Amino acid sequence: MAEVSLQNVSKSFGDQVALENVTMTVPDGSFVVLLGPTGAGKTTILRMVSGLDKPDSGQILINGEDAASQSPAERNMAMVFQQYSLYPHLSVRQNLAFPLKSPMLRTPEDEIIRKVDAVAETLQISHKLDNKATELSGGEMQRVSIGRALVRKPQIFLMDEPLSSLDAKLRSDLRIELKRIQASLGATMLYVTHDQVEAMTMATHVGVLDHGKLVQFGSPREIYEDPVSIYSASRLGSPKINILPAEIFPGAPNGATSIGLRPEHISIGEGVEVKVGRVEHLGDQTRLHLKIGELDLMTLTDPHTKLTRGDTLSFLPRNPLYFDANGVRIKLGA
Amino acid sequence: MSGFSVTEPSKRQKWFAGLLVITYAVVTLLPLLWIIATGFKSPADSISYPPKVLFEPTLEGYVNLFSTRTRITPSMRETLVEPTTWYEQIARDSGTVIAGPSRYGQRFLNSVIIGFGSTFLSIFFGTLAAYAFSRFKVPIKEDLLFFILSTRMMPPIAVAIPIFLMFRQLGLNDTQLGMILLYTAVNLSLSVWLLKGFIDEIPLEYEEAALIDGYTRFQAFYKVVLPQAATGIASTAIFCLIFAWNEYAFAVLLTSGTAQTAPPFIPTIIGIGGQDWPAVAAGATIFLIPVMIFTILLRKHLLSGITFGAVRK
Repeated sequence: MAEVSLQNVSKSFGDQVALENVTMTVPDGSFVVLLGPTGAGKTTILRMVSGLDKPDSGQILINGEDAASQSPAERNMAMVFQQYSLYPHLSVRQNLAFPLKSPMLRTPEDEIIRKVDAVAETLQISHKLDNKATELSGGEMQRVSIGRALVRKPQIFLMDEPLSSLDAKLRSDLRIELKRIQASLGATMLYVTHDQVEAMTMATHVGVLDHGKLVQFGSPREIYEDPVSIYSASRLGSPKINILPAEIFPGAPNGATSIGLRPEHISIGEGVEVKVGRVEHLGDQTRLHLKIGELDLMTLTDPHTKLTRGDTLSFLPRNPLYFDANGVRIKLGA
Repeated sequence: MSGFSVTEPSKRQKWFAGLLVITYAVVTLLPLLWIIATGFKSPADSISYPPKVLFEPTLEGYVNLFSTRTRITPSMRETLVEPTTWYEQIARDSGTVIAGPSRYGQRFLNSVIIGFGSTFLSIFFGTLAAYAFSRFKVPIKEDLLFFILSTRMMPPIAVAIPIFLMFRQLGLNDTQLGMILLYTAVNLSLSVWLLKGFIDEIPLEYEEAALIDGYTRFQAFYKVVLPQAATGIASTAIFCLIFAWNEYAFAVLLTSGTAQTAPPFIPTIIGIGGQDWPAVAAGATIFLIPVMIFTILLRKHLLSGITFGAVRK
């Protein structure tokens, strides 16, 4: 297992800046999730660490050593690609055995069989082992490509939205399974996702990327409770954080133009009057769509609420987040 | 109902399509059948007018193709012992005795060595070059590719004289090596361009996955790219082989003895002992077989090769 650290890494593709001065450390045994919309540079970071692409400037250190001269094979990492990753001319079994047969590992035949069977079992694809890789459904393909990473013990696992093409049930099963495997191996994991549930439940650290810049790096709680900007705050939380003009509510600090309200920042009882719009009963929770004049806002309430469309209620913010005109967080008392 | 329908064609349309295909097949296959049939005719039947469609088949053409014979008079024939083999019998019946084997076998072997040798080299170098053009940042790539293509813009025979002089200087005249190199050079532009197209279609992710799985660039090429390019390689190989196999002009110009291929040799058979059309036809028939076998073996790839890229897999 290993620690990976990026030092001032920049990368451009033509005029397109993919990464700008990213400095970040993935500690040994940690599960680091990179969050950000498409084009933020998440995949580029994975490719840099894997050695498939070289940074224009800056360094990538693996266990403290500059990896610039190491080929992808020498870095001993496993990567799950977003798509296209199975070898279409091979069977599922051969796909899973492929990394084990590499000149870097040269695993004995009986050990290959044992490991492939074990990983197939974990990912519930044992019955498909002798199929051609092209004869699988999208979800099965993705499981095989995860399996191809798990079948060996690399220094680091790199995963690029590995669960994105799976159905909800399998996704939550595999989420737990991946986390379990990572914890039991003590493996270092660098993981790219759009899914904030994956980020919250699996990550030990979250890196938030915005147009090639790492804007915040910390534990999921830290990012959730103490975001540095509106952008960071919007990455986590469901329903999403509500961003409203600060002057609606009393008590905004100097310079604050926006107020950020998560459901737990809303204390119903007295204060600003709002109208209830839609009421969504999700079973374990109820989502309330509220209107303050023209402004929309969403929060959670008791699952058995009696509120219906057209009701009015009042609320006040409780320990909300304030942001300035540039979307940067204003910390109270700081 | 719209005018453009993707539903099952009507019975009449099917009939019409079938008729078209059959007509085309008859037009293209008739000369071929004629050649094959002529190979089994006697020399007299082969030039009879009106042409004989039904005839008594004989292997005389094949015996004549593979042998050199001496004409004998009936009185001489009386003095000879009875022939012991079927082919001596056939020769005897047409008033000749077999003096020895002809050069057809050796010329045929030359064709096989030169045809398959140059096809192998064209594919070998073509695949490597196509891979490099497809995957790497090659300086002045576009210009190089255009230059390679431009070698195809004139008929190869236009440079016959310089090539002839060059071969004479290098001692490559009438050598198998010379012909292999020549056909490889001519085919290479075709194979680079065709194969580049095929390799471009193979997503980069497969190789990248192999690189990360612990393989070197060359191993990734060999284990991941090559098997997926098999379709393209097979169809390119067929095109290369057909060219090298059928090539006549350079073969006439540059080979006359040891390295002569079958195409320039076959017509020379006519001159041996009168117009021996059955022997020529027999030579042509046998000459068809290797390419036919090669194409049949690779036909699955050939068909998907022609439609490659048309359908997203």
